Amino acid sequence: MNITNTLLSAFRALKRNKMRSFLTMLGIIIGVSAVIVMLAIGQGAKFSVEQQINALGTNVLIVIPGTQQTGGIRVGAGSATTLTEDDALAIQKECPAVALVSPGTRGGGQVIAGSQNWATGIEGTGPDYLEIRKWKVGYGEFYTEQDIRSASKVCVLGKTVADNLFPDGNPVGQTVRIRNVPFKVVGVLEQKGQNAMGQDQDDIILAPYTTVARRLSWSSNLRQILVSATSPAGIAAAQSQITDLLRMRHKIAAYDQDDFTIRNQADLATAATATTDILTYLLASVAGVSLLVGGIGIMNIMLVSVTERTREIGIRMSIGARSRDILTQFLIEALVLSLLGGIVGIGLGIAGSGVISSIVKWPTIISVLSIVLSFGFSIGIGIFFGFYPARKAALLNPIDALRYE
Amino acid sequence: MISPEDFAEDGHANGQLISIDHLAKTYVLGEVEVHALRGVSLAISRGEFVAIMGASGSGKSTFMNILGCLDKPTRGTYMLEDVDVGKLTRDELARIRNRKIGFVFQGFNLLSRTSAIENVELPLLYSSASHGNRRRLALDALDMVGLGDRIDHYPSQLSGGQQQRVAIARALVNSPSIVLADEPTGNLDSRTSVDVMDVFQRLNGNGITIILVTHEPDIAEFAKRQIVFRDGKIRADKRNSAQKRASEVIKGMPLIEEEVES
Repeated sequence: MNITNTLLSAFRALKRNKMRSFLTMLGIIIGVSAVIVMLAIGQGAKFSVEQQINALGTNVLIVIPGTQQTGGIRVGAGSATTLTEDDALAIQKECPAVALVSPGTRGGGQVIAGSQNWATGIEGTGPDYLEIRKWKVGYGEFYTEQDIRSASKVCVLGKTVADNLFPDGNPVGQTVRIRNVPFKVVGVLEQKGQNAMGQDQDDIILAPYTTVARRLSWSSNLRQILVSATSPAGIAAAQSQITDLLRMRHKIAAYDQDDFTIRNQADLATAATATTDILTYLLASVAGVSLLVGGIGIMNIMLVSVTERTREIGIRMSIGARSRDILTQFLIEALVLSLLGGIVGIGLGIAGSGVISSIVKWPTIISVLSIVLSFGFSIGIGIFFGFYPARKAALLNPIDALRYE
Repeated sequence: MISPEDFAEDGHANGQLISIDHLAKTYVLGEVEVHALRGVSLAISRGEFVAIMGASGSGKSTFMNILGCLDKPTRGTYMLEDVDVGKLTRDELARIRNRKIGFVFQGFNLLSRTSAIENVELPLLYSSASHGNRRRLALDALDMVGLGDRIDHYPSQLSGGQQQRVAIARALVNSPSIVLADEPTGNLDSRTSVDVMDVFQRLNGNGITIILVTHEPDIAEFAKRQIVFRDGKIRADKRNSAQKRASEVIKGMPLIEEEVES
């Protein structure tokens, strides 16, 4: 019997018991769509976490000063004033795994522009800050190396700051007063949105670190050094090179603790994606169980079907059907059930993910892999759970099958 | 149409279609051995119309199953067209059933919810006939049994006699060497029975070998040869010198009622 005829007779057999076929398929439909939705939710979560972390730059290291210790009393991290401009220059020069370095200082205060004012943070940076943070100037331009060397009073506004200080005008070329020091606005940053902690990253003003050190914080010590490794894989190397270099420069004895801390975005990213991966696997395996139950449903119905149609099997054998023909017939029926269920389930899963996305505002991502996987799974289930009943049918004795009442 | 020439070209050593030698069949039911057949020898040539008779338990059904390659003998040999059927595998037996044997059963054994023509086409699905050929052969077979105008009817829309004709058409469609009919009139009224026997006699007239199992003596009267089974052995094997013509018998029968038309 060729495949077309087998398929036709499978469809006819399934049509004969529409309700039963539908209910059997429903098991697979629910299983497959659950797998699709769960994978979509898991991958959506993973994607949004990754995106938030990537927004910081995955190959970024932040060197901050260690704790200040006065007579056994330790203050919080970053309180020590041990990082200097020279440290930053040395890192740039002597660590081969380091690509870019941006020394950082920080200030804050009330900013005034015309009749508007706004309280925000001021970050002193090097020229490569934007490249390290994968950020761009929206309009205008960034300050130059020359500005930094000469400690020019120029600044670049974050989008939030620009919107608040200049609600109806182009800030580029205008002057803002930061703690009464006039700064010329040379550019406005692109909007970056919230970071992983929900802080508005656009509520900031960037200025040359030299200017901030001299005019706003009155200290030549750095609050942080932002470093980018040559590649995400080079982070570990960069970290150890920086550690060695700074320990040497700060003359720290072998058994003493570092007087600085290096924070690593990649570690954070790895931990976060590992968590979302576990979430994905957990959700998918729970959904997979329902797919398995659907498969058992197919097996159950096929067994009933073989018993019910014993006489038909006998008739077919008496007119020349081989065991192989009967096996194929029932296997194809199981396969059609699971495949149709799989296709409907994929459609339902995609629709369901969309609904969840729009109602619960949870990001969902449907990957081709999850569709291929579900499709493959439903074929596998059809074959696996269809084989036993089909084999049972194929091994029937023709006489017994014919005489079966 | 199936003609005697179709068979002539096969060419066989001894010309016997079926030759059976000391055939025995023993069933083991728990600790009890049931001897259904106790040594049967017989030969059937092409073009014969044999009625196999006997009470229930006489072994005739077992014999029929072995003839139809649905069952294998315990001892003895069964040669069908010089092939020793006892030595064939399950698949080879299926092929023989498909190509050389046409079955007609007491209960018709048509697939329900499958039209007459599709039922007739069924054996061709298991051989290598093309789709166009299938339809043509099935139509020919239905014409032969006089049902050319009901090809799209479902079994439930046909009378018993018509269903049995569909079954006969199905048995004929692969041009088999023998048509085996197991109590083909058992579920039919006497007029329809004679009608079905008329179909068999016409087919036999065209050269088709027919072997019929029945326990009704008046049905056996339509055959050319009568074999009687009792206790697993052949008790009588004789030519029927007074073969009745079904077409004539039916003229003398009162019309009880028209066949149920749908």
